[in-house]
Amino acid sequence: MIKLTRENPSLLIGGSIVTLIVAFALLSPWFSPYDIETMDMPNRFALPSAGHWLGTDNFGRDLWTRMAQGARISVSIAVASVAIAAVVGTIVGLVTGYFGGWVDLLVMRIVDVFLGFPPIILALAIIAALGPGIQNLILSLAAVFWTEYARVVRSVTLAQREIDYVAAARAIGASHTRILLIEILPNIIGPVIVLATLGLGTAIIAESGLSFLGFGVEPPTPTWGWTLSFGTRYLRTEPWLSIVAGLAIMVTVLGFNLFGDGLRDYLDPRGVARKVKRDDS
Amino acid sequence: MSEQQTLEPLLEARDLAKHFPLKGRDRGRVVRAVDGVSLTLHAGETLGLVGESGCGKSTVGRALLRLIEPTSGQILLDGTDITGLPMAAFREHRRRLQIVFQDPFSSLNPRHRVEKILTAPFIVHNTVPRRQRRDKVVELLQRVGLGADHLRKFPHEFSGGQRQRIGIARALALNPSIIVCDEAVSALDVSVQAQIINLLSALQRELRVAFLFISHDLAVVEHISHRVAVMYLGQIVELAERRQIFADPRHPYTEALLAAVPVANPQRPRNRIRVVAGEVPSPINPPSGCRFHTRCPLADRQCQTQAPPLRQDTDGRFLACHKR
Repeated sequence: MIKLTRENPSLLIGGSIVTLIVAFALLSPWFSPYDIETMDMPNRFALPSAGHWLGTDNFGRDLWTRMAQGARISVSIAVASVAIAAVVGTIVGLVTGYFGGWVDLLVMRIVDVFLGFPPIILALAIIAALGPGIQNLILSLAAVFWTEYARVVRSVTLAQREIDYVAAARAIGASHTRILLIEILPNIIGPVIVLATLGLGTAIIAESGLSFLGFGVEPPTPTWGWTLSFGTRYLRTEPWLSIVAGLAIMVTVLGFNLFGDGLRDYLDPRGVARKVKRDDS
Repeated sequence: MSEQQTLEPLLEARDLAKHFPLKGRDRGRVVRAVDGVSLTLHAGETLGLVGESGCGKSTVGRALLRLIEPTSGQILLDGTDITGLPMAAFREHRRRLQIVFQDPFSSLNPRHRVEKILTAPFIVHNTVPRRQRRDKVVELLQRVGLGADHLRKFPHEFSGGQRQRIGIARALALNPSIIVCDEAVSALDVSVQAQIINLLSALQRELRVAFLFISHDLAVVEHISHRVAVMYLGQIVELAERRQIFADPRHPYTEALLAAVPVANPQRPRNRIRVVAGEVPSPINPPSGCRFHTRCPLADRQCQTQAPPLRQDTDGRFLACHKR
C-alpha cells in the first residue's frame, strides 16, 4: 500500500475522493435529519453550522442533504450515460476494427458526423428533440460520448487482430463472436476502463452544464448544476450557495480524473508511462 | 518412406497461389507471395519447407489452413478440395489441420490462463464433455512435458520454450493428422530448440502426425525432415528426399543455400559454389523466365525468357531448372 501511494498517488487520492463522494451520496440520508424539500424561510442563506453542516439555500433547505441527493443524481446519470456509451462504442469499435471493409468505412463516417458537432450543442439538440427528463438526458450524453470509445476500441482492435493468438483461435475453428468477445475483448478492455473513468468526470460536467442551462434535470430535483445556476442570482450578496455547488462539481470531477489517470498508469501492462516518469525525476 | 509415397497423400496442394493486392500508389498491382506451389504430405512424415525470408513459405503454411484465403489453386485434404468450402463446412476439416506459430509470445493470449487456452479447442468443437475437459488438458500438458501445476498460470509466467510447448499442446488438442510448424523453433535458444525438436519427433512417432516444417534453418530442417522443399520467390525450385537435397543438391539455388550454411566440421567436404550475390528480386515484379536467373551462375538466354517447369527427375526428385 505504501509502495502504491509512492508510485501512483493519483490512483489512491482519486480513488479516495470517488469513494467518499459515493459514500456521501449513498449514506447521507441515514445521518441527515433534514428532508430535501422542507423549507425554513427564517434560516435562508445560513452559513455552515453544527445544525446545517453546509448551511442552507435560498429557501432555507439544508444544503448538505441537497448536495448528497445531487451527488446521487449526478453520479447516477454519469454512470448510466458512460455505461451506455462504453458498451455501444466498444461493440462498434470491435466490429469495425475486426471486420474492416465497407462496414468500417460507413460507421466511421457516421462517427465523424457525430464528432463534427460541439458536444454540448449536440446534447442540447438531442434533448430539444426528445424532450426533457433524466432518461433523455442520459441518452443524449451517451450519444455524445460513444464515438470516443468506438474510435479507441477500433484502433486497438486493428492492432490486436494481427497478433498470432487471433490466428491461433481461427486455426482451432473459433467463431468470429468467440474471437471478439473471448480472445480480443480482454486485451482491449484496459483502455476502455480508463476512458470510462475519465469520462465520468466529463459526464458530470456535461450534466451540470445542461442542468445549469435548464436543459438537464428539472427542478425541484436538487442537481448540482441547478443549484449552481440558482446561486448565481444571489451571487453578490450570498455567494455561498454557488461556491458549495461549484466545489462539489469540481472535487468530484477532479477525483474521477485523478482516478482515471492513476488507473491508466496501473493498467498499462508495460508500465511505460510510469517508467518514463521515474526516469525524468 | 518409399512405401508411403505410393499411398494417397494426406494433404495435397495444387498450384497454390496467394497474391496480395497493393494499396495507395501501387493500387492494381499485386505481391506474388506464393505463385504456383504444389506439394504433397503423407501421414506421419515431415516435409521441410526452406527458403530465404520473404520467399512465401509462411504464406504457404497459412494458406493451407485457410488463415489466409489462397487466390487460386486447390488444397486437397484426404482427396476433398477444401478451398471452396464455406467456413462452416471447413470447420470439421480444421480439426485435422493445426498450426504451431513462430513467436511463442504472441501466439498465446496474454489474458488467458493455460487452462483456458487449452480448453478452447474442446469448447469450440465440443469434442470433450465439460466434466472431462480439465483431465484432457492435464493429459495434453503432460504429453508436451508440462504438468497440472501449470494450469492456473498465465503465458507470461513461462519461458519461451515452455510457451512453445503450450502452443504444441494446443495444436494437438483436436488430434490433428497434420501440423504446420511455422518457424516453430526459430525464436528459441539453441538448447531449447533441440528439446522442442525432440518433442516433435517423439510426438510424430507416437501419434503418426505429419509435419509441414517451415524454417530458414537448414540444420534443423536436415535433422527433422524426411523430404525437403526449397522455395524461391513464391515457387518451389526443388523438392526431394532429405539425403538428395543435402548430399546432392541439384538446383543452383539449393546449392547456394547450402553453401551459405556455416560448417562446423572441417572434415566435411566443401566443393560447393559460392553464395549467390545480390538481393532477392521483388515479388511485385518478379523476373521473367526462371525467377532465379538474375542471381544464377548458370543462367543463359533460355532462363531469361522461359520459366522452367517443376519436373520429376530420373532419381525421383522434383526440379525446376533448365540447366540441370
